[in-house]
Amino acid sequence: MGSQEGTMFKDVGILGFGVYLPRSRIKISEIASVWGKSGEDIERSLGVIEKTVAGIDEDAVTMGVEAGINALRMAKISPEQIEAIYVGSESHPYAVNPSATTIGEALGVDHNYFAADLEFACKAATAGIQNLAGLLKAGLINYGLVIGSDTAQAKPHDVLEYTAAAGAAAFVLGRNKKDFVAQILDFDSYSSDTPDFWRRDGIPYPSHQGRFSGEPAYFTHIQKAAQRLLTKTKMKPKDFAYCVFHMPNGKFPGEVAKRLGFEKKQLEPGLVVGQIGNPYSASSLLGLCRVLEIAKPDELIFFTSYGSGAGADSFVFKTSKLLGKARKRVPSFSSYFENKIYISYPTYLKFTRRI
Amino acid sequence: MKIAVLGVGTTKFGELWEFSPRALVKEAVSQALADAKLDLAEIEALYVGNMLSGILGGQENLGALFAEELGLRCPAFKIEGACASGGLAVHSAILGILAGIYKTVLVVGIEKMTDHKPEQVSAALMGAGYEEERMAGITFPGLYAILARVYMEKYGITQKDLAAVSVKNHYHATLNPKAQFQFAVSAEQVLASPIIADPLRLLDCSPVSDGAAAIVLSSKFKTKGKTPVYITASAVATDSLSLGGRKDLTSLLATVRAAKKAYQIAGISPKNIDVAEVHDCFSIAEILACEDLGFFSRGKAAKEIAAGKTTLNKGKLVVNPSGGLKACGHPVGATGVKQIGEIVIQLRGEAGARQVKGAKVGLAHNVGGSGSVAVVHILKNE
Repeated sequence: MGSQEGTMFKDVGILGFGVYLPRSRIKISEIASVWGKSGEDIERSLGVIEKTVAGIDEDAVTMGVEAGINALRMAKISPEQIEAIYVGSESHPYAVNPSATTIGEALGVDHNYFAADLEFACKAATAGIQNLAGLLKAGLINYGLVIGSDTAQAKPHDVLEYTAAAGAAAFVLGRNKKDFVAQILDFDSYSSDTPDFWRRDGIPYPSHQGRFSGEPAYFTHIQKAAQRLLTKTKMKPKDFAYCVFHMPNGKFPGEVAKRLGFEKKQLEPGLVVGQIGNPYSASSLLGLCRVLEIAKPDELIFFTSYGSGAGADSFVFKTSKLLGKARKRVPSFSSYFENKIYISYPTYLKFTRRI
Repeated sequence: MKIAVLGVGTTKFGELWEFSPRALVKEAVSQALADAKLDLAEIEALYVGNMLSGILGGQENLGALFAEELGLRCPAFKIEGACASGGLAVHSAILGILAGIYKTVLVVGIEKMTDHKPEQVSAALMGAGYEEERMAGITFPGLYAILARVYMEKYGITQKDLAAVSVKNHYHATLNPKAQFQFAVSAEQVLASPIIADPLRLLDCSPVSDGAAAIVLSSKFKTKGKTPVYITASAVATDSLSLGGRKDLTSLLATVRAAKKAYQIAGISPKNIDVAEVHDCFSIAEILACEDLGFFSRGKAAKEIAAGKTTLNKGKLVVNPSGGLKACGHPVGATGVKQIGEIVIQLRGEAGARQVKGAKVGLAHNVGGSGSVAVVHILKNE
């Protein structure tokens, strides 16, 4: 294992994490049948068989609150102790009016806190983790909350419709090492002006540049960020028990893991896209939560998010012995994952407010 | 008057996101001028084959645009005829020489497609179709699927027979470093690929591509040095814009007419052709082309192709040694010019691993729309 002496952070870590997945699922074959496509072909080409759908009374804020409750419960701190909240989403219910304060209010966070909504396509929340890490390292705050939550938009009949999903993941971060369920050892980023996917203000659905979103966008940014971090930390893929990469579909993470030298067995535990789809800002973080639910103490997790436009944030996490006990305090990813009902395409249209 | 192809150049075809249309044209032209050992000053006219720059890129006036980019101040024209734009640009250039107005001209084919969204590209391509068919929502895969279905019914061929075209063209593309898809596919892979428009599957269809090709044509040349290649016939024919306007859907009449005229001008027959680049925008299109050009009798082409009769080092006549539109790629306006470039390389004996041995007579066949326009060129190396 590479030395951890050279890593950037000594005292920043995760105290608690929480997930939320809505109960409704739609099968990819159901969507495909509406458009006269072969469900089997789509499932095979995307590596996704069903996806989550937010209920008619759910949005990025309500899901963020649910995940936030779980994260606070696991962290065993009171909401009043939170001093900063970042909410990353592409589907903040309001263009102007912060999700962070609505969520903060609902969670019972005291009013002396710093709050901001973030947007960076699917990696807004990991930018939030980096920002909190900075505040914590500087000693400006003791506890912070970051949430990635999305009711991902996709235009009907767009290929995104097969994957755009809903879900949220929340993390309470702190700087007291004895409370960590997992420590943040280091991170690095890679960003460039690469317009692979975008949504203009006032436009309901994102646009994307088809295959351009692969090689010059997803792969280039993830590989660059990941390689920078591996070089910086002097770690190698084999040092990690798990790896998690942003999951726009079932194929890209497998390919990027392979290119970086990770093995299937490191990737598969966190590869949740096949049965939940891609809930944009929550996608990679839900994969991380899934891994944290099965990881043993003192294991290293390699994690890289990706946001179109474009950028990637790569992290090294190390689990602690508190993890096993802490995760029992909250509903697991699996419990949300297994609690599901299937809806028809018309119901899907209703839930996503298209009819 | 003899017209020689003095120089040829082709960029790599594919998803060329890093390159602008200007850069692609410059590269193809630099190659062609270097190949011709000519200076820019010797170019008297520029013909640009392109279909979609206006509708996709908002840029027209390509004659002046590329003349400026290349540093030319000569007459310059954009020629548009859907996917036959490149072939029509070559034809127009030949007319300028035959009329005695120009002696040495440059022809460029260019298309930039992959910067645009697939649905925008599909809609733009349908600009080549017939209004009522377009309004009904059909796109080119659908139109060619109709042709395929009718042909399959009439001659009793299967999807596996169609697949043989893609298998062959992908094999040829493995030998072409400029090709978009330099890998082989099996008939099983073609048959397992997603359906685009029944009975055509993904691997029956040519891709959306970027690329440029250029050739230098001249009536003023010396025959020293490289094996000279001459264009001995250039013929164009048109047919109804719509499929609905056709009497027969198992043949493209525009190809039949253009080919007949070209053979007549060149004074040869189909059996004289050693190598051909034909317009395989879909697998069925190559089958129709091989029959319409007179290579095989009606209803026989699919089986002959599957038997290797047009495969490199197997058949006497090799079809689409470049990989064709299917595997070399199909940057619409560039295709017709690239086809001429490939035939020239073949007739010079410079095609390397994909060389058709002893090729003396070549044919290039470029189609626009679903057969509304066809261009046939015949080239010889003596």
